Amino acid sequence: MAKRAAPEVNAGSMADIAFLLLIFFLVTTTIATDSGLNRKLPPIQDETEPPVIKQKNIFQLQVNRNNQLFLKTAGEEKVIEIKDLRKAAVTFLDNGGGIGEDACPKCQGAKNPRSSDNFNKAIISLQNDRKTKYSTYIAVQNEILAAYNELRDREFKSAFPNLDMSFVEASKKYAAPRTTPEEKEKLKEKITQIKLLIPQIFSEAEPKKAG
Amino acid sequence: MAKFNKKKDGGLPAVNTASLPDIVFMLLFFFMVATVMRENTLKIENKLPAADQIEKLDKKYPISYIYVGKPSSRFKSFGTEARIQLNDNYAEVTDIGPYIASERVPLREELKNKITVALKVDVDANMGLVSDIKQELRKAQALKINYTTRQGEAF
Repeated sequence: MAKRAAPEVNAGSMADIAFLLLIFFLVTTTIATDSGLNRKLPPIQDETEPPVIKQKNIFQLQVNRNNQLFLKTAGEEKVIEIKDLRKAAVTFLDNGGGIGEDACPKCQGAKNPRSSDNFNKAIISLQNDRKTKYSTYIAVQNEILAAYNELRDREFKSAFPNLDMSFVEASKKYAAPRTTPEEKEKLKEKITQIKLLIPQIFSEAEPKKAG
Repeated sequence: MAKFNKKKDGGLPAVNTASLPDIVFMLLFFFMVATVMRENTLKIENKLPAADQIEKLDKKYPISYIYVGKPSSRFKSFGTEARIQLNDNYAEVTDIGPYIASERVPLREELKNKITVALKVDVDANMGLVSDIKQELRKAQALKINYTTRQGEAF
């Protein structure tokens, strides 16, 4: 029997079809942003007596309607730029001016008696105006988080020097899906320890009405 | 004349395009895999602010999105003040409570309180609206929030 050659399918238009699909997906793709600053809101409580807090343990920030920052801490009141905020917050948190029960052996700050006592006593408070721009608010939040992360990194490194990791890296590794459960368990313990040493005490007051 | 016609083999040989579909398919598959279909059509401008202390959103727990921004150019008739968008429509601050409740309905019991709210707020929105939203979220007991930001310098 004579061998009949199978007719060849013309594949020239396959590229066109693939291009069509490719362009469709190119246009519809939006690279999803699903990262950001995680925060916890305080639950609504019944009217309770607010705890007594020493004035020196408060780092009071106000942002006005023109996106200017006003800082009240250690008996000083001043206007501050966002770029200086991180340093100011670290100085405040790391001050360690407490004595006796409130003493802070890990703090490396100036031990100014008019500034914060201890990591776990220091409170950062933020008040916005209703007209404050969201981008300014995020920048302030970012700087405050950065200050906490800087100190936590330092303490994490000094507490677990053989891990060769910073606190932020450890948290990232903890959240990564590839980390095995055993590793997670080990990391969690260490992360919690640092979180307890330097808790984020951050309070947000109700915004002021724009006049 | 025939003698001249025959002399035509000096031209360039055609480029073989047989592998072109393969290359295009490769790109196609990449985009198909990388694409995340938008769940909501945005009716607002949504330019996210940048921050550098960001964390990844934990996908283990359910996430609800709240969009805030001023109406986009196609919806000029809704004004120029920043507005809230839930699902596919504009909403008021008072709609947030019911929205969170409806997001909780299909969830398993143990996840109902683990809901994370991602706030996708435009850079130009003002804090008044954002604090109103936060207040509503506190009332709705949805306390885990995430300010969605781009990676970058914050100021």
